[in-house]
Amino acid sequence: MNLLIVRMSSIAMKIWMSLLGLFLMVFLLIHLSINLCLLRANPTWFNDAAYFMGTNYVIKVFEVVLFGGFILHILIGIILQIYNWIARPVRYKATSKTYTPFLTKYMIYTGAVVLTFLVIHMFNFYFIKLDWVKSPIPALANGHPDFYTLAAWLFSKPLYSITYIILISGLGFHLYHAFRAALQSLGLNHTKYNCAIEIIGIIYSIVIPLGFIIIPIYFLI
Amino acid sequence: MAELIAKIPKGPLTQKWSEYKSHQNLVNPANKRKLDIIVVGTGLAGASAAASLGELGFNVKNFCYQDSPRRAHSIAAQGGINAAKNYQNDGDSIYRLFYDTIKGGDYRSREANVYRLAEVSGAIIDHCVAQGVPFARDYGGLLDNRSFGGALVSRTFYARGQTGQQLLLGAYSSLSRQIKLGSVTLYNRHEMLDLVVIDGKARGIIARDLITGKLERHFGHAVVIATGGYGNLFYLSTNAMGSNFSACWQIFKRGAMLANPCFTQIHPTCIPVHGAYQSKLTLMSESLRNDGRIWVPKNKEDAEKLRKGLIKAKDIKEPDRDYYLERRYPAYGNLVPRDVASRAAKERCDAGYGVGSTGLAVYLDLEESIGRLGKHVIEERYGNLCQMYEKIVNEDPYKNPMMIYPAVHYTMGGTWVDYELMTTIPGCYCLGEANFSDHGANRLGASALMQGLADGYFILPYTIQNYLASEIKTPRMATDRPEFAETEKSVTDRIEKLMKIGGTRSVDHFHKELGKIMWEYVGMGRNEAGLTKAIGLICALREEFWKDVRITGTPAEVNIELEKANRVADFLELGELMAMDALNRKESCGGHFREEYQTPEGECMRNDQDYMYVGVWEYAGPEKPYKLNKEPLHYEEIEVKQRIYK
Amino acid sequence: MTNHKNMKFTLKIWRQKDAKSKGKFVTYKITDISSECSFLEMLDILNEQLINKNEEPVVFDHDCREGICGMCSLYINGRPHGPDDAITTCQLHMRKFRDGDTIVIEPWRARPFPVIRDLMIDRSAFDKIIQEGGFISVNTGGAADANSILISKLPADLSMDAAACIGCGACVATCKNASAMLFVAAKVSHFALLPQGRPEAKERVRRMVAKMDELGFGNCTNTFACEVECPKLISVSNIARMNREFLCAKVG
Repeated sequence: MNLLIVRMSSIAMKIWMSLLGLFLMVFLLIHLSINLCLLRANPTWFNDAAYFMGTNYVIKVFEVVLFGGFILHILIGIILQIYNWIARPVRYKATSKTYTPFLTKYMIYTGAVVLTFLVIHMFNFYFIKLDWVKSPIPALANGHPDFYTLAAWLFSKPLYSITYIILISGLGFHLYHAFRAALQSLGLNHTKYNCAIEIIGIIYSIVIPLGFIIIPIYFLI
Repeated sequence: MAELIAKIPKGPLTQKWSEYKSHQNLVNPANKRKLDIIVVGTGLAGASAAASLGELGFNVKNFCYQDSPRRAHSIAAQGGINAAKNYQNDGDSIYRLFYDTIKGGDYRSREANVYRLAEVSGAIIDHCVAQGVPFARDYGGLLDNRSFGGALVSRTFYARGQTGQQLLLGAYSSLSRQIKLGSVTLYNRHEMLDLVVIDGKARGIIARDLITGKLERHFGHAVVIATGGYGNLFYLSTNAMGSNFSACWQIFKRGAMLANPCFTQIHPTCIPVHGAYQSKLTLMSESLRNDGRIWVPKNKEDAEKLRKGLIKAKDIKEPDRDYYLERRYPAYGNLVPRDVASRAAKERCDAGYGVGSTGLAVYLDLEESIGRLGKHVIEERYGNLCQMYEKIVNEDPYKNPMMIYPAVHYTMGGTWVDYELMTTIPGCYCLGEANFSDHGANRLGASALMQGLADGYFILPYTIQNYLASEIKTPRMATDRPEFAETEKSVTDRIEKLMKIGGTRSVDHFHKELGKIMWEYVGMGRNEAGLTKAIGLICALREEFWKDVRITGTPAEVNIELEKANRVADFLELGELMAMDALNRKESCGGHFREEYQTPEGECMRNDQDYMYVGVWEYAGPEKPYKLNKEPLHYEEIEVKQRIYK
Repeated sequence: MTNHKNMKFTLKIWRQKDAKSKGKFVTYKITDISSECSFLEMLDILNEQLINKNEEPVVFDHDCREGICGMCSLYINGRPHGPDDAITTCQLHMRKFRDGDTIVIEPWRARPFPVIRDLMIDRSAFDKIIQEGGFISVNTGGAADANSILISKLPADLSMDAAACIGCGACVATCKNASAMLFVAAKVSHFALLPQGRPEAKERVRRMVAKMDELGFGNCTNTFACEVECPKLISVSNIARMNREFLCAKVG
């Protein structure tokens, strides 16, 4: 790993990867709870939450941490992947027949799907808040963007919604292996609790994406 | 000719080793750095010696033909290692271990060496535990023991069925530590091809780099050979495919002597042969005899039906089973020593009671123990062995009894060494299975690991200093001296000669043929006519080999065929010597069973009057007959008796 | 011994003259192979036939042929040690294949395991990792009585489970990242679970992991393929233990 700018051992990188991943998992939970406000016919629920998230100073500090987290998680993921590719310069002719649990081999690819989603998502919402992109929906009376109407407008387009659902499913696939892998990398395992950890991880990876997916379906119907 | 002076210290048996240590010469730390020692082999004896010598501060060069020191065949030892710890409070003592070993060896081993072995056995266990060897423990956290053949006490320490592996990994870890510290230099994938003798002393070796094919010259103030035994001579044996005796054969030709080559151990519990293509026999640990009962059918008709596959072992009712070991040897039962168990199996099969498609197999049955202890206990004790059996034979040993048959396993004979483990070439030592000293005519189970480690950890590091103390003024020699050049030339010549033959048959063909001759005439039962015939056959085969062997490729690259040819060429000479030794020894003792010399019950009949000596063979020169020397055996402490296990 | 039958196969074997040459797959047909024959014995038969045709035999590593020395390797039809669980190549038997099968045989592929010739590879990287810390620093002669250290049965058994590693490298061969984590973790766990190993535990894990990285093995992405292919069934919980040990060594 001497080629690396940051001279960090492979396990240290994995530990950072896991800590950041777990942090992002907590963020997802918060994000989902706010998004579920969209299910209320009254737009103020969602807009108030968005307003709070956009203006509160504590949240603003966390926003920086969050972005840092995202960037590091992605960066370390890419660095690790490059090393992993280099570690086997000559590939096998026969495809691997070794059994591995569902999707565990494809974290970098499901991660790429999540990244794609993130970029689209930033353009659609976050950059509007920053005023880098102009919103197609007129602002609220207090001058803040009307995210409820924006979301409702976007989700009313079937193509957008379907893309959204597909990309969020990618997130689900990414999460499927995430929790167990993170705890394994942190060395938090025990024969007694391994089963519970796996189940919690699977439940999380199903519930979170499902929560997100309900919203476009709600607007489409 | 070199004289056979065993250098056994004076004084009472129990004091000899401490007496020796108190008065031997030592090398001071500053001088140790100036002395180079070559250790060939990285098994239990080689790795432990190299590591211990490195720890003391000597400059060690360690050679192995495998890709890593951890692959040495000691790794395959399964059952355990003996030590006179008396942790089980069952009456064990140093004397008892010593006595059992001498008796087990049928009174053909050197008393002083064996006593010393028993004496240091406890320290081996202490050291291995300190190294982190995960020996089996009981629930209180103390070390557990099991019993092995030829003993009435439980003194065998074990790590599941992988004791050899764990002990070797322990020695390998110590060796690795010394490699990192720079006191040991490792030469893996290197094979020793000759010994360099300068002014009558061993001063180096010629080794071939098995990757590039280049010959290398290495200097050492002393050379230690720890390359194992010659069981692979039989082609089908429990040895690894690469196991060979070439290093010992080279030093033999340079002046070392070979003791008791006819003493080979045929292990009773191996998976039977099942096809002509077979390359290897697999051992099922002797420890299985703790819980497994050995039997064949009582009626020949049942045996016949079993061979034809008409009925299964399960169909034979309890009264129709002949537990022949329990019947013949009620005191030791299934735990009689290996030579006795092997012969008993052969006797039953020869009499027509054998099972399996070839009729050359007996049953080892775990059924009763499973009933008594539960399957999980048996699984815990022998899980890996049962798995191994199932993978090879495709039958579940928990449900059907295992089929086993004796196979060549170990060689008690080997390079003659004195009390200091030095051969007749000054400065050339020989350790472990490669030497002859401790096991006499038969080795007890779990004693090979003990001997290898005793030699490497606790004996050689002392005794070698007694020699090296007088070598401190000898500077490192340049390897361009004429002696090195001459020795290298002889190796090059031999390789060229082999390559030039350009015959039609592969090396394996000759190896297999040799194995067949050896097994037939120099195997479990030997007689004068057979041995004489074998000598003729081996000589003819050797001639054919040098006319008709085909080695593909060139010597300047990885060349497996050349490696094998070198080894087999030596086996073809050793085989003849083995048969000669067996012919000379007109008695039956331990693993050497001459059919002419047996009691009416078919037990060994020793001849202490004429054969209580070590047969030590000397190389007299090319085309000259080997010369037999004798080292008489004296027993001071032990009364020599007939071996009875009834 | 039961149901012996003769089989035929098409073998696609990687042939490479030496470390520097370019290799290629060569196809061989082989017939009359007994189903009870082991995989390496089948290769022996092939080699015998090649020698008889005056061709160079296929070079492959092997030694004990009873699944313990760890010298045999071979990536067979997409699996290290071939299509069976908990075995080494030398324990694989032809009855695990179907008559007429095509068998692709490759050397293990990883940057730290360069090919020496044909199917023979250089695994000295593993030795180098052990040399960094895979030992307890104890010199011969100074040990206390073996029973003066009490070790509970459970950790002693777990330590033995980890110590069973034969260093064959199947974990690296099967890992999509060519990671040596299972190998290193097995050795770290073996010592970490024993009281004798504790004094050097932190130093050991730090140095062994640093060496592993330096040698160019990939990283663990928790696919657990290594555990599936390990001939000795060494558990990935050892990897978690090593991660924990590493974290403690770095933090503490």
